[in-house]
Amino acid sequence: MSDADQPRTGDGNAPIIEIRGLNKWYGGFHALRDINLTVGRGERIVICGPSGSGKSTLIRCINRLEHHEQGTLMVDGTMLTNDVKNIEAIRSEVGMVFQQFNLFPHLTVLENCTLAPIWVRRMPKADAERLALEYLQRVHIPEQAHKYPGQLSGGQQQRVAIARSLCMRPTIMLFDEPTSALDPEMIKEVLEVMVDLARSGMTMLVITHEMGFAKEVADRVIFMDEGQIVEAAAPAEFFTNPRSERTKLFLSQIL
Amino acid sequence: MSTFHRTTAEMVTPRPPPPLSRGVIGWLRANLFSSWFNAAMTLLAVYLLWLLVPGILRWGLLDADFAGTTRFDCQSAGACWAWVDQRIYQFLYGFYPPEQAWRVNLALTLLIPALLPVLFDRMPGARWARWFSLAYPFVAAFLLVGGYGLAEVPTDRFGGFMLNVAVGLAGILLSLPFGILLALGRRSQLPLVRLLSTAFIETFRGIPLVTFMFAAALLLPIFLPPRFNLDLIMRVIILVTMYASAYIAEVVRGGLQSLPRGQYEAAQALGLGYWRAMRLVILPQALKVSIPGIVNTFIALFKDTTLVIVIGLFDILNIGTSMIANPNWLGLGTEVYAFISIFFFVICFAMSRYSLHLERRLDVGR
Ligand SMILES: Nc1ncnc2c1ncn2[C@@H]1O[C@H](COP(=O)(O)OP(=O)(O)O)[C@@H](O)[C@H]1O
Ligand SMILES: [Mg+2]
Repeated sequence: MSDADQPRTGDGNAPIIEIRGLNKWYGGFHALRDINLTVGRGERIVICGPSGSGKSTLIRCINRLEHHEQGTLMVDGTMLTNDVKNIEAIRSEVGMVFQQFNLFPHLTVLENCTLAPIWVRRMPKADAERLALEYLQRVHIPEQAHKYPGQLSGGQQQRVAIARSLCMRPTIMLFDEPTSALDPEMIKEVLEVMVDLARSGMTMLVITHEMGFAKEVADRVIFMDEGQIVEAAAPAEFFTNPRSERTKLFLSQIL
Repeated sequence: MSTFHRTTAEMVTPRPPPPLSRGVIGWLRANLFSSWFNAAMTLLAVYLLWLLVPGILRWGLLDADFAGTTRFDCQSAGACWAWVDQRIYQFLYGFYPPEQAWRVNLALTLLIPALLPVLFDRMPGARWARWFSLAYPFVAAFLLVGGYGLAEVPTDRFGGFMLNVAVGLAGILLSLPFGILLALGRRSQLPLVRLLSTAFIETFRGIPLVTFMFAAALLLPIFLPPRFNLDLIMRVIILVTMYASAYIAEVVRGGLQSLPRGQYEAAQALGLGYWRAMRLVILPQALKVSIPGIVNTFIALFKDTTLVIVIGLFDILNIGTSMIANPNWLGLGTEVYAFISIFFFVICFAMSRYSLHLERRLDVGR
């Protein structure tokens, strides 16, 4: 195993995610191939790579939205198996933000945020609402609390989605191309919230092609292609001195 | 300087929209006479109404007879309603003992407080009232059948419209939860659950309800051990429920399929787990989409309760049919069937209007 699979910062002795020999197939298609990755507590990782390279599949394995056929996956000390108890425990520790926001359209912004704390954490409604308003404040939209998602702009919806995840007080946040579905003028407001979150010490795995974000907050940038981790390095190194030809080609296309 | 390059001298300030043509004339012009085709259709519709309505009014009210003891007392050209007064009790209550009829009335009246908190969930106190809604089916069954101090009425005394309402209501109340479970089962990850749900749905959709009615009357008693001897009306309710559940399941499955996958994934990612994700996130949305189909199934179910005629139960339709076989009232089919139709129409129309109301109310934030 190479150095690049190991955490760059944070408490290297206490990895929060440990992925060993992970393999996943869709039917006969080998979607993830021998993935090894250790993420330190508080580490910020940006994952990039061409479309179809397995980025989403990888982070969706971490909260079991996809199951894997081979290898081991430890999340915050819990081994991911078929055990439903473990899966639900991990899911309530791991927040996820999707490209399509996936807010619940039949619930108000506030209800979106309080749903899981009330039903999973058994939090009293008043406490959950207080918590939700606090996080809505942090993503700069407390005044939208009583609107429905359909009444908000894309950027606002994505910020609500972030707040909704944060209300579960997760230890890890996964982002799957959070700004790809947004109009250009809204990308910034979402990235600002994410930078803010990164500064607060949250462990983050972010799939994005926003290289400015990667340079600003990432401890490590991971480049994936054909279901494998091709290159992993600190952003300064990754952008100025990529080693693999595939990485160079990819960077030349997006920068 | 390019001639294509220009800027506005001043920004336009917002103005109110131009006034619509209001008033009766404006409305008529916009809705009934907006084009030549529309105008022609309007005139045609008016002509048809002019042909039909006066005739119906004359037959049904103006030229009709209302008093008498046999059809021979009806001498005028219009309808003969003389039987209504004598037979209304039977049409409504069947053979239910008249001194006990208050129990049917009470059960029906209690339906209102039972339904209100379910239908209009913003009503004050809805939370408490819903406990009563849950208890209602048992309260109603107790009132109708009796026992525990209340005089027992054997179910073969049930009949008339009360039988249609009892079977229809029981079928509606039971088939919704059962149908939802079947729909979830058909989309389950577990192969056995999926297979059983699919087999159930296809069986009940693939065989006519009349066949099940005969089965309820003739077959089940043969298969079931004697001490399992379920009441005939009970058997009918169970079969009608299963039959309607199969339809509800398919309607709900359509609603489930219309939701993007991301909704379920987001619920899972929050740690809600399968049942809570279904109850809090997926079903509220899927059911909303399914309302028209669900109400459609309920309406069909309610009308299908008249099929109990084939196994010799005397629902309102059978009572009417046997009455016009009576020499005293021979040949009054039009009157009797028109009378019965009104009962079904009023109830089915109310269901239809309620579903529209519900759709509009749930259509928030979209
Ligand atoms: N549910 C699925 N069934 C079959 N193939 C899939 C499924 N999801 C993803 N794939 C395939 O797996 C590969 C990796 O997909 P994904 O992880 O979504 O890529 P990325 O996020 O990097 O664009 C792609 O080739 C995609 O077609
Ligand atoms: Mg992807």
